[in-house]
Amino acid sequence: MSETTPATHGAAATTPHPTEVRPRRYTLPERLYLPLLAGMWVTIRHFFGNLTGRRKGPIIEYPEVRRDYSHRYRGHHILTSRPDGSLRCVACFLCATACPADCIHIEAGEHPDENIEKYPLVYEIDMLRCVFCGYCVDACPEEAIIMSNNYDMAYFNREQTIVGIKELQRPFSFDPNRLGYRPFYPEEEATRDRMRRAAFDLVAEAKRRAGEETVARA
Amino acid sequence: VPEEGLDQPTWVVHRDALVEVCRALRDDPESRFDMLSDLFGMDYPERDERFEAVLHLYSVPRGARLRLKVPLPGADPRLPTLIPVWQGANWFERELYDMFGVQVEGHPNLSRILTHEAFQGHPLRKDYDAARRWILTDEEMYQPKFVFLPGYEERSEDEMFERLTVNIGPSHPAMHGTFRLMAVLDGETIVGSDVEIGYLHRCFEKMSETHTWQQVIPYTDRLNYCSSFINNVGYCRVVERMLGVEVPPRAVWARTILSEFSRIMDHCVANGSTLVDVGALTNFWYLFQVREEIYGLLERCFGARLTVSGTRIGGLPAELPPDFVERSRALLEYIPPRIEDVQRLVDKNRIWMDRSVGISAITGADAVNWSWTGPCLRAAGVGYDVRRAHPYDLYDTVDWEVPVLYGGDVYDRYKVRMLEIWQSLSIIRQLLDRGMPEGPVIVDDPHVALPPKDAAYNQMEAMIYHFKLIMDGIQVPAGERYGCVEGANGELGFYCVSDGGGKPYRVRVRPPCFPVFSTFPQLINGGSLSDAIATLGGLNVIAGELER
Repeated sequence: MSETTPATHGAAATTPHPTEVRPRRYTLPERLYLPLLAGMWVTIRHFFGNLTGRRKGPIIEYPEVRRDYSHRYRGHHILTSRPDGSLRCVACFLCATACPADCIHIEAGEHPDENIEKYPLVYEIDMLRCVFCGYCVDACPEEAIIMSNNYDMAYFNREQTIVGIKELQRPFSFDPNRLGYRPFYPEEEATRDRMRRAAFDLVAEAKRRAGEETVARA
Repeated sequence: VPEEGLDQPTWVVHRDALVEVCRALRDDPESRFDMLSDLFGMDYPERDERFEAVLHLYSVPRGARLRLKVPLPGADPRLPTLIPVWQGANWFERELYDMFGVQVEGHPNLSRILTHEAFQGHPLRKDYDAARRWILTDEEMYQPKFVFLPGYEERSEDEMFERLTVNIGPSHPAMHGTFRLMAVLDGETIVGSDVEIGYLHRCFEKMSETHTWQQVIPYTDRLNYCSSFINNVGYCRVVERMLGVEVPPRAVWARTILSEFSRIMDHCVANGSTLVDVGALTNFWYLFQVREEIYGLLERCFGARLTVSGTRIGGLPAELPPDFVERSRALLEYIPPRIEDVQRLVDKNRIWMDRSVGISAITGADAVNWSWTGPCLRAAGVGYDVRRAHPYDLYDTVDWEVPVLYGGDVYDRYKVRMLEIWQSLSIIRQLLDRGMPEGPVIVDDPHVALPPKDAAYNQMEAMIYHFKLIMDGIQVPAGERYGCVEGANGELGFYCVSDGGGKPYRVRVRPPCFPVFSTFPQLINGGSLSDAIATLGGLNVIAGELER
């Protein structure tokens, strides 16, 4: 590293830009191809290391073995459900608004439960447009859309790439090991549980109160 | 005419005086603006003089910037060419013509550069609809305009020993990305060449105008996709300074570390693929292992390996993972042996040196004139590095050097990158030793950053801010600002103009490899075709950034 010259800004100011090139000079051993032996030693070391299994090679035998992805991986989306199996989504369109790729299409319907107001009749994500930035997850006020760490998305035709509620809700909902990017991570699981319990308490409370009111009115 | 109240000195110049003013600014020992950092257009349909050509000048010796604005009437947008003053103006002027329809008088090859020849209209004009599409056919293909070696322009086929025109690309494994190289060979020697770019053009700048400030971040990922985190940082820094928000120290710390990791990754890709092109495949495997593992760290932090979207305006998208420091330290152990292996294989390897020493050499003065920045410029003996000249984040608090070599050739470009990897490792080590600062990772300002999720679920006020921010976007005060970071292949600048709304009025990105690649025909002329391939790898041209 002897040829490195630290150039501070002051140094650049005093010296004009070089008007000729000074390429690297060959040393005598380099002329004689001697440093190639050092290179050969590197490859031989790697070769025998790999051959005897002393060093772990970097190869992952996909698809039998998969790279270990974290709980933050932004993969295929998931629409989460309430305990009764209905979608948590309230069709507020925030995800569609936040999406930089315009890949979310929602059609809202009136929900029978007046505390919920709306739910999505159609919720489609165009997987070919999606850039997997996670903005929909950030935007969702209900934690209704999260991501899984599933990255195999292969389709036979373009129609299949527009996935609807069924595909988004079904495959990953209950496998916590395959969850990806979402507002709270396992390391913050305690917070998440507390918050969720509070949220459900609020819902239950509201329902109870609504019930009481109906009773009272009756 | 000087303009007041902006982020950097700005003059408004009449177009008839432009060339003289520029020449004076370049030659005057007081100003010495030796580099045309950027040249682009603006469109203000409501003004009398609708278009505006904006020039960013930079003085490498003084470290000073100057912005020149040249108003151009909408009916007759003409501009004199600046190529006699700065060679680097060549492609910038073609881009200006392509995007805004400004006629550059005296330009040797004023043709479309980013869009197809059959494209109609000029996409960055405000009255051009972003969703407009055209059917582009082969019939109106780009006609090469060769840059010849002196003396070869006029020569007919019979006068050359064996004339052959070779076309490489756009889909050719040696043309990293999709470039098209057309070369006229006389025997083995390239005597004339031209390149066509634009196959990956997606008009980032127009798309930015149709999205909110926050939504531009995933687009910036796709500029230099080998080091997307640096792009995120560069863009967010500019917007943060327009907003006047202070990024929390923890986020700054993480940004610096991850930028350096991204730089290592980018240099590994550049060197790995250069070496592959000259036949040294082994190095590619060793270097790409490094990249894979750094991707692992980025994925652990932000959830994606390549297009990380790793910043938000005001900080980072999420708290760093609890094992961030351990993982980074593990990487600091993991990377050096691989870099050392590669250096042992090729640094003094005469086979590689014969292919690279003295190949496509450029002097420092020429490189500055061509608007070069980054490792390629530092390999030509000019020690300009944004991190040192205009320190940002934590670069002025750590101890590091700017490696400068004087060969200006493929070998020194390779070597500068290798030396920079060591410097980056040292920066990361110093920052990790300092320890992670306490505090949040994103600014606590509900007008800029989304409120924490549990607050958004449970508190009415936070919920309102949450909805406001997503529906309307961040409201950036009207104004303009240029900011730059040292990208992996040079000065990566963003020039943002806001009209006070939730969407940018204009986002201009200064792509570092655009001026570097514009020199390519001149660099390879006189060499052989195999030298051209080695040169392309050494320049580290990244199509996503070149063509935006």
